[in-house]
Amino acid sequence: MSVVGEKLQPTLFERSRPGRGDGKIPHPPKDALDRIPEAARRVTPAALPELNEPEVVRHYVNLSHLNYAIDTGFYPLGSCTMKFNPKLNEWAARLPGFANLHPLAPDEIAQGSLQLLWELEQALIAISGMQAVTLQPAAGAQGELCGILMIRAYHRSRGDTDRDEVLVPDSSHGTNPATASMAGFKTITIPSAADGGVDLDKFRAALGPRTAAVMITNPSTLGLFEKRIGELLDAVHEAGALAYMDGANLNAILGRFKPGEAGFDVMHFNVHKTFSTPHGGGGPGAGPVGVGERLLPFLPAPRVLRSDEGRFRLERPDERPTSIGRLRSYVGNTGVLVRAFAYIRAHGGSGLRQVSDDAVLAANYLRKRVGEAYDIPFDRACKHEFVASAAGIKKRTGVRTLDIAKRLIDHGYHPPTIYFPLTVEEGMLIEPTETESVETLDAFADALIAIAHEAETDPELVKTAPHTAPVGRLDEATAARQPNLRWRPMAGAEMPCPD
Amino acid sequence: MVPTDLRYTKDHEWVRVDGEEATVGITEYAAGQLGDIVFVELPDVGRTLAQFAAFGVVESVKAVSDLFAPVSGEVVANNEALAGSPEHVNGDPYGEGWMIRLRLTEPGEVDELLDADAYDALIAAG
Amino acid sequence: MPYGPHTAGDREQMLAALGIASVDELFADIPPALRASGLDLPEPEPELELSARLLRMAARNRTDLASFLGAGVYRHWTPAAVDQILLRGEWYTAYTPYQPEISQGTLQSIYEYESLIAELVDLDVVSASHYDGAAATAEAGLMTCRATRRERVLVSKAVHPHYRATLAAYFGGGLQLDDIPLVADGPDAGTTDLAALERLLAETDRPVAGVIAGQPNFLGLLEPMAEIGRLAHAAGALFVSVVEPVSLAVLAPPGAYGADIAAGEGQPLGIAPQYGGPYLGLLASTDALVRQIPGRLVGMTTDVDGKRAYVMTLRAREQDIRRDKAASNICTNQALLALAASIYLATIGPHGLRDVAAQGAARAARLETALAAAGAPRIHPGPYLNEFAVRVPDARSVHRRLIDRSVLAGLALADILPDEPSLADGLLVCATEITTDDEIALFASALSEELAGAGARAGVAEAVR
Repeated sequence: MSVVGEKLQPTLFERSRPGRGDGKIPHPPKDALDRIPEAARRVTPAALPELNEPEVVRHYVNLSHLNYAIDTGFYPLGSCTMKFNPKLNEWAARLPGFANLHPLAPDEIAQGSLQLLWELEQALIAISGMQAVTLQPAAGAQGELCGILMIRAYHRSRGDTDRDEVLVPDSSHGTNPATASMAGFKTITIPSAADGGVDLDKFRAALGPRTAAVMITNPSTLGLFEKRIGELLDAVHEAGALAYMDGANLNAILGRFKPGEAGFDVMHFNVHKTFSTPHGGGGPGAGPVGVGERLLPFLPAPRVLRSDEGRFRLERPDERPTSIGRLRSYVGNTGVLVRAFAYIRAHGGSGLRQVSDDAVLAANYLRKRVGEAYDIPFDRACKHEFVASAAGIKKRTGVRTLDIAKRLIDHGYHPPTIYFPLTVEEGMLIEPTETESVETLDAFADALIAIAHEAETDPELVKTAPHTAPVGRLDEATAARQPNLRWRPMAGAEMPCPD
Repeated sequence: MVPTDLRYTKDHEWVRVDGEEATVGITEYAAGQLGDIVFVELPDVGRTLAQFAAFGVVESVKAVSDLFAPVSGEVVANNEALAGSPEHVNGDPYGEGWMIRLRLTEPGEVDELLDADAYDALIAAG
Repeated sequence: MPYGPHTAGDREQMLAALGIASVDELFADIPPALRASGLDLPEPEPELELSARLLRMAARNRTDLASFLGAGVYRHWTPAAVDQILLRGEWYTAYTPYQPEISQGTLQSIYEYESLIAELVDLDVVSASHYDGAAATAEAGLMTCRATRRERVLVSKAVHPHYRATLAAYFGGGLQLDDIPLVADGPDAGTTDLAALERLLAETDRPVAGVIAGQPNFLGLLEPMAEIGRLAHAAGALFVSVVEPVSLAVLAPPGAYGADIAAGEGQPLGIAPQYGGPYLGLLASTDALVRQIPGRLVGMTTDVDGKRAYVMTLRAREQDIRRDKAASNICTNQALLALAASIYLATIGPHGLRDVAAQGAARAARLETALAAAGAPRIHPGPYLNEFAVRVPDARSVHRRLIDRSVLAGLALADILPDEPSLADGLLVCATEITTDDEIALFASALSEELAGAGARAGVAEAVR
């Protein structure tokens, strides 16, 4: 039995029939487009599909059944924090007062949204210990870019133009070096220490007058808190560089560690991780950024400002010339931020601290259980996620982590993150989050252990998994060698239509 | 055992010298590590390369790797067949999977490279 | 804690299994000097009170005005089916489709989105989307530099100011971004100055990688896109067109006039304004540029049994594999918004989309007539589709006063283009298929009264002097 539905669907284009679906919009006057010069007019109409509403609905409902989702099952994806997405938040974001407000509406008619944004900033300041927050970036990766660009502006403002290097540990998320490159920096990758943490000596050796910044994830991408973080931050500042914290793992430390107070100069938040906004199949998210004193002048514009009388407004263009400008259109992904605001208010300070306590407890509990059949590379308490390895299983049976992941599907689970971070051989990064019951944790551990046994007794079964999903393993080589990236009637004829 | 008439770099390129020219590709081990090759980016004819300079990129479904010139030289040919059939790198890495031909500018460099035994030892060490 | 399942008993069970007395022991590795002691935040608010709070906040926004505001985000009628489908948990609580076998819903929907947009823009390769039109335009600019190995991009001053500012932020690291001025007077006023463009392209010591112009442009005017493209290509540069997707039902698409890359904002395709986002960055290119296009791509393939299936492909370009050599650091796509746009297009259909565009054009023409009669003539003479700028003396304060008369009179251009004195008294207004005759009449009469009142005030001031 499949963990998802099984009815594969033809494409919209294959369902299309001429003449279907007309009549939704009142017909315009026949001369509506006469004043458009011919040279600018479309000649060949776009071949969009023609469908009736019932067909469209059925198409998309059946397609949805082919998806695994938090609302259908456990998603132990390390680094993604797949916690429950509260339904109140969906209701809130859709309130017409929030949903229908144009982003360029004058401040006086946007007081509700401006107040929400300002209060959310204050909440994130309290959570992070930073001095100020911008809600502008559209995603964590854009938050990273924002942070690095502010760091660049900071050094330039001090005439410190030789700093062209950014240091990252080898366990860093791929976005970190990619962001550094986008901002024109060279990435220096520092190997981790044997205990999984940053190698302080190697960092110290690499820090110098060319270092603009260090990008650290804390807890690390291995789910381990950086015990040496205080010394590392001191070393960074002594070298005249700034410290960026990738806040992807904030779910582990709410109320326990405040990056701004500890000495980080800047960090981003992933609201679609820590603050429950839905992943939507890959997006949207939002990536607010918090800063300390040094980077305050450089925050993107416009900031949300509050007057003494409790009225709110956006900064005017050119009001703060030191700003790095804007990284996107309009003020931010307010629709996503409404959800984050509601989540934070629902929990309050005590609730958020409980979130981290439960997330860390659950991860350690699961780590112990999974350790019954898998290698656990780091023999210390983890935070909200932990890494397990199938290196031993691979050596004995030839079954790899990829196979185990696919076999988990047959056991009814979405696989954890695999082969990340790159520093662990045959690694699996497992993050249960705080919204999963003990029964779920135990059942998942039992499934992983069962698969470890299957690897010994029936390795082929595991290597050819999944067996019960709507499709089996995919030919990714052909997909990359001969990309088929858009529907064409001929191309479709070559690959059989599902119904 | 890798072909004994070739020389190797520790980045898993091979080079076959004949006269003043040499052919370059990547080894079976490298192709195996990368998985199904989907794309190879090669330099234009006429480009000059220093020894160990990056000359291109090989891309598989799940990984990407820079290619480094084993010896210095001028590119006199690149394997255009790889554009349509990158799988040659997997199927015949020392033959049809060749990547570039160079006119050598520093012939002595070849002697610095690993021979078949040394390369075998390298990949056995893991 | 509102959504956590653990009882005290559950926690005790887990602690016991770990052989520890308190969860604090799991945080012992935080250096004592760096430990925080709780969070200074309001008390938790149960759903009943929180929902009342959210209602109060939403009510402090005014969305009841007759709105003529566009400027990159447009009000359209969205079929109810879009949101009903989007609310299915299998869509919005699903993750990125890294495990394709159990993500065929998301993957097929992205493939269909790519195909639908490819039809609209008439280009072969469509990315699974970017954050918004601004990010897409900035990525397009970076693409032209990578593809041509040149370092300079020209952008028309009539591209959306936010997109230009975003380009400037993305280009701050050594690449050059230059403005193409607009024609100041005459029949082509407000459009990209072709002669100036030619001069900029002729600077052979600073070769140009890409030329970026919008259709319609930010002022609503139609641009000579084919000519801009020709000039760009003649100088060895790529041509980027910034588009509005609904207009593509009736205007020539980028593929038809030689654009290499199309970027734009997909919000008009069934996505609510939401005070800034999330939106949908459209990015498409010719096949020749497929390896340069950043972001996710979904392709059709087969599984091990020969069944048709969908998978993310050409992934080696992305950040998790390429790391510091990735084309972009982008890690997400706007999947849920791409889904909304696809459902919108599937429900509206090609005739519906054409009707939406044509209705907007028809109502905009009526708006133009009404505003001219009320004393606000168009600033520029050239053709437009459904958006244009009108001249109103003291535009900003008229705009503010019209709010009290329940009219959102477009955008005061001085607010967004403070360095353009020629537009200081301009209002950028638009109409769509949901703009009613009553709204147009309300706008015109309110404006008329404001201008008469202003005239009367000026008259009084004269008399007093």
